[in-house]
Amino acid sequence: MNFVTPEIAWAPLTPILIVLGTAAVAILIEAFIKSPATRRTVQLTVTIGALLVALGFVIVQWVGLDGSAGDVVMTGKITVDAQSLAWQAMLLVFGILGALLFAARTSDGEDAFTPLGSVPPGSTKERLARRAGLKVTEVFPLLLFAVGGMMLFTCITDLIFLFVALELFSLPLYIMVALARRRRLLSQEAALKYFLLGAFSSAIYLFGAALVYGATTQIDLESIGIAIDFIPNRDGMLLAGAVMVVAGLMFKIGAAPFHSWVPDVYQGAPTPVTAFMGAATKAAATAALVRVMYLAFYPLEWELSWMFWAVAITSMIIGTLAALVQTDIKRMLAYSAVAHAGFILVAFAGLTPEALVALPFYLLTYGLATIGAFAIITQVRERAEDGGIGAEAVRLGQWAGLGKRSPFLAGAMALFLLSFAGIPLTAGFIGKFEVFSAAIAGGAWPLVLVAVIASMVAAFFYVRLIVLMFFTDAPEGADEAIAVETETLTRVVIGITAAAIVILGILPSGVLNIFESAAHLLVSAG
Amino acid sequence: MTAMSFVYLAAILFAIGAAAVLLRRNAIVAFMGVELMLNAANLALVAFAHMYAELDGQIMAFFVLVVAAAEVVVGLAIIIALFRARQTISLDEPAELKG
Repeated sequence: MNFVTPEIAWAPLTPILIVLGTAAVAILIEAFIKSPATRRTVQLTVTIGALLVALGFVIVQWVGLDGSAGDVVMTGKITVDAQSLAWQAMLLVFGILGALLFAARTSDGEDAFTPLGSVPPGSTKERLARRAGLKVTEVFPLLLFAVGGMMLFTCITDLIFLFVALELFSLPLYIMVALARRRRLLSQEAALKYFLLGAFSSAIYLFGAALVYGATTQIDLESIGIAIDFIPNRDGMLLAGAVMVVAGLMFKIGAAPFHSWVPDVYQGAPTPVTAFMGAATKAAATAALVRVMYLAFYPLEWELSWMFWAVAITSMIIGTLAALVQTDIKRMLAYSAVAHAGFILVAFAGLTPEALVALPFYLLTYGLATIGAFAIITQVRERAEDGGIGAEAVRLGQWAGLGKRSPFLAGAMALFLLSFAGIPLTAGFIGKFEVFSAAIAGGAWPLVLVAVIASMVAAFFYVRLIVLMFFTDAPEGADEAIAVETETLTRVVIGITAAAIVILGILPSGVLNIFESAAHLLVSAG
Repeated sequence: MTAMSFVYLAAILFAIGAAAVLLRRNAIVAFMGVELMLNAANLALVAFAHMYAELDGQIMAFFVLVVAAAEVVVGLAIIIALFRARQTISLDEPAELKG
């Protein structure tokens, strides 16, 4: 028996290796630096540094591509092409913004995470841990693992390794969801739900992948696509496998009827985690779904289109209608995320080349607005009974009159909401426009009609919050009950995302051009 | 007994696991259902690999085993944290999140 050493071209994987390698080093930092305050500073610096260096390497690789299709690593298991690099850069930006939010503290010096995750909420041990100033700085390495897994998720072209990357970014997220400082019971319950449903959906994905392997004898996406083309009668095993694989990915996007985790997790998770997860998970899962659909399952486009239509329409209707009746702002944005998952799936109708430009742009605008909106939620706080800063004020009524007290926060929030709604001159409008034109090019105008109606209904609850902030007077004593924070790190994140939303809304051509050159390469690489 | 019968067995195990996740209200039992589903997928992979006389499926089963082990660590940690806080692991009991 002779063993052939596999040759692996490591160079195209440099950004991913940097992120995951730093995550491993950051775990060691946890063990060696004792003081929680120093550890927080070191971890933040290391995390942001690693993400920036990785972003630099992604850009260098992008420039180095120079028209070539990209690199295939490990005989087709991983394909680092321009499409993947564009997604990777997007995820790194989300990661940097997320890390800044993770490090943000209230004016009482408390961050968003529990001092000690293992002690029961409200116990004496928890009080002691809080008094000792303990901090769960492990969230930074967890964030790095999640970002690394997501980056890998965008460039893997093999059904089973896709499962490994899926779990690599899901497992850190499950843990981070459970670590909220306030409302810990809620947070732990959300983590359990996320974990059980997430594991359930990845198991469905995996069994689907096994069935596709059984039907085609192939596991890398390109060969599956070629094999399906050659199979004359497509049997139930292939179709069942394809449906299960797509369903597993749709779960991560958060589309209805796979959305039952979304509202609970968005509400229960610490808000910085919600911000990062809401933006990055959707982007990574969409990137993978693009690759799976365009490379492997394109011959099954007709057979699978009913699924995309049904899930897109259900998501848009359920997300919009449920968001109308919410009184909790995080839950409202969660249902709006379900509706946005529907809009994302609209672009998959017909598998047009236009969708390859529309989807990254849509996810970029949606992700930036999501991070910005949740960053603002961390800044509007209830006052605790002892006069300190309490939990976040998430009831809609508590936001009344915010426009007078903090024009910056209320203005930025209004901007993000308008972008979600797709009002012109915001980035969300260009994103929606691109997605809908891709679907029209694919011949799915009934789907676009539903999407436009859903957007109009959705505008109602976005505008309702804007009216509440600017044109409703705050009730008696609201000034004492609600505290508006001024954390610099969070303000920086809000400023960056707001500026990006305006710039992408007015001058989208530069970024659209980048995604356009990325879209051509994926097709030629496939 | 052909290799295909193992695939049918895998499908049956997968269905039992899925039923456990959806129907049982005990978090540990639901979690065991997930593990059963993963192992059913493993069995299918190995059976297909045997059927086609190649190694891909068998190698993949190893990766799935490792990932499943990591998942157990995270899952049990979350369940234990929840048990400490509430003294119960019933999935019906925690009902703070609604709507």
